[in-house]
Amino acid sequence: MSRTLFQKVWDAHCVRQLPTGQTQLFIGLHLVHEVTSPQAFDMLRSRGWTVQFPERTFATVDHIIPTVDQARPFADALAEKMMAALERNSREFGVPLWDLSSPRQGIVHVIGPELGLTQPGMTIACGDSHTSTHGAFGAVAFGIGTSQVRDVLASQCLAIDRLKVRRIDVTGSLTQGVYAKDVILEIIRRLGVNGGVGYAYEYGGDVVDRMTMDERMTVCNMSIEGGARAGYVNPDTTTFDYLSGRPFAPQGEAFDRAKAWWASIASDADAVYDDRVEIDGRALAPVVTWGINPGQSVQVGERIPAPDDIDPAQRPAITEALAFMGFEGGAPIAGTKIDVAFIGSCTNSRLTDLREAAQVVAHQRISAHVTGLVVPGSQAVRAAAEREGLDAVFRAAGFEWRGAGCSMCLAMNPDKLQGRQVCASSSNRNFKGRQGSPTGRTLLMSPAMVAAAAIAGEVTDVRHMTRTPMPAGTEP
Amino acid sequence: MPGDGGQKVGRVSGTAMPIRGQDIDTDRIIPARFLRSVRFEGLEAHIFEDDRAALAETGTPHPFDQPQYQGASILLANENFGCGSSREHAPQALKRWGIQACIGESFSEIFLGNSTALGLPCATGSPEVIETLIRVAEEHPAASMTLDLQALTVQVADQTMVVSMAPAVREMLRAGTWDATGLLLDRFDDVRAVAQRLPYVTGF
Repeated sequence: MSRTLFQKVWDAHCVRQLPTGQTQLFIGLHLVHEVTSPQAFDMLRSRGWTVQFPERTFATVDHIIPTVDQARPFADALAEKMMAALERNSREFGVPLWDLSSPRQGIVHVIGPELGLTQPGMTIACGDSHTSTHGAFGAVAFGIGTSQVRDVLASQCLAIDRLKVRRIDVTGSLTQGVYAKDVILEIIRRLGVNGGVGYAYEYGGDVVDRMTMDERMTVCNMSIEGGARAGYVNPDTTTFDYLSGRPFAPQGEAFDRAKAWWASIASDADAVYDDRVEIDGRALAPVVTWGINPGQSVQVGERIPAPDDIDPAQRPAITEALAFMGFEGGAPIAGTKIDVAFIGSCTNSRLTDLREAAQVVAHQRISAHVTGLVVPGSQAVRAAAEREGLDAVFRAAGFEWRGAGCSMCLAMNPDKLQGRQVCASSSNRNFKGRQGSPTGRTLLMSPAMVAAAAIAGEVTDVRHMTRTPMPAGTEP
Repeated sequence: MPGDGGQKVGRVSGTAMPIRGQDIDTDRIIPARFLRSVRFEGLEAHIFEDDRAALAETGTPHPFDQPQYQGASILLANENFGCGSSREHAPQALKRWGIQACIGESFSEIFLGNSTALGLPCATGSPEVIETLIRVAEEHPAASMTLDLQALTVQVADQTMVVSMAPAVREMLRAGTWDATGLLLDRFDDVRAVAQRLPYVTGF
């Protein structure tokens, strides 16, 4: 019988049907960070439970770490306490921890793939909604809360309802200056921020087939912003080539055997989906959000919607968003002045993201009124970018080059917007207050569009920027 | 000790607080800066903190600041309540404040899972049902509502309205097995057997 990847992976990891009707699902990889785990470890301690599969559990620190002064103890006593708790918990329960002293430290959704921990056919859970990122490898990966982190630590399982599968085909090809970020923002714009509730999204079609793993991760990362708890791409040679030689990937002949299994779990050609959507890649343009959720967006050449143009049911939401943002309905999004440019986050902080942004800013200066921040997703990304000279390109343009972490995506560290600042951001959420100031405003866009906005001092179409070739020696 | 530690949740009665709006995300319910803690205790003091501060300036306080809703046990919401971040801190803050049930048009999946794991039922109703309930709560804030998980109804005054819940979630709450760890550890040999069938666990 034909099955989707989702169904195959689900069936392979199903322990049993629970009396309630939910599935007891075995979790193949559990990633842990400092924010959502301390209470879970405390619950284990108070009940006398151990971590059942410490060899399938890995911890790092990303949300709270400062990106400038990383000396311990941290200046922020609360952050220091969380760091210390993770150190104690990982030691006591035998879970490996990559902290700031390790070159493997970074955003949990950047390092899992980079180390080869994330592999096709796995079930992956983490106390973080952007765990959907790992679906780029053909894994079934989703975010969980702290009580479920406790469940996975204690039993390596979750009690969970099966999802339906929506196939999203992005056909044709993307034009110059249109990126994976624009693809997923467009999908969310069309299907809505709750259009994916109850679904896993399977992304495919020529555009996705041709994407690099970094690009597929960007797409899968924001599945949750469309309401889909999981999103994935079927594994193919791009996936296998990426994994080859990674520290935790199978090596030698085992890698060839792994490839055969990985290929076998891809969706069958005649698999039946619960829903299908097709998007023409050729029609896509750079997308920018104007509102307070990731679905409130327009293409860069379009105007912000006016409440009167909209379905009456949506009017209160649009009016609220316009009031918070201080924008006029009907005004063009291009030309919106920005104060901060943030390139980073688990959505867009990988080497190829930094390369794209560096190409835009090479030989230019960011606008005098703009603060620019580049926060690589991991120490490995940072080191690789420095080997290519990208740090020098960003610094010469006036950007600050920071240490690896989540940083201003959610501002749990000192990197925060001030007052009503407007931030062009390569991150994933434009919720009210998300970037650390209750009145701060976020415009989501691709890293190249953030770079272009930084130079222009306002939202501008990256496709119209004149580019100067990168300095010699910086081309990858 | 399968599914131990959970109280049976059969019905929730009390006054209701309306939180109007689509897509209210967990960053709004509990802003990220309050997650800089290794405990859940005290989160309730910061529930909707930024929304409350913003509304205080406009002269129309947030429902969490209106005297008539203090002591409410049921939260009424519109579509996609609890979307965004997976932070369990959001339902933790609601529960610690005193909310014992949520009734809305829809909830994000992660929020729903987190709430269930705390024994906090989230029931959904049609837009008409939710609008009726919200109006009652706005016009008669002292009116007591009862969410009945057995009948899948909400009762207020002489009206009875139909709501729904996923069968598994409803069953876990009613049986008191919403704290799943015990259940998941119950037949651990089965878990090991599944692990032994996975090539990436045993080695390719």
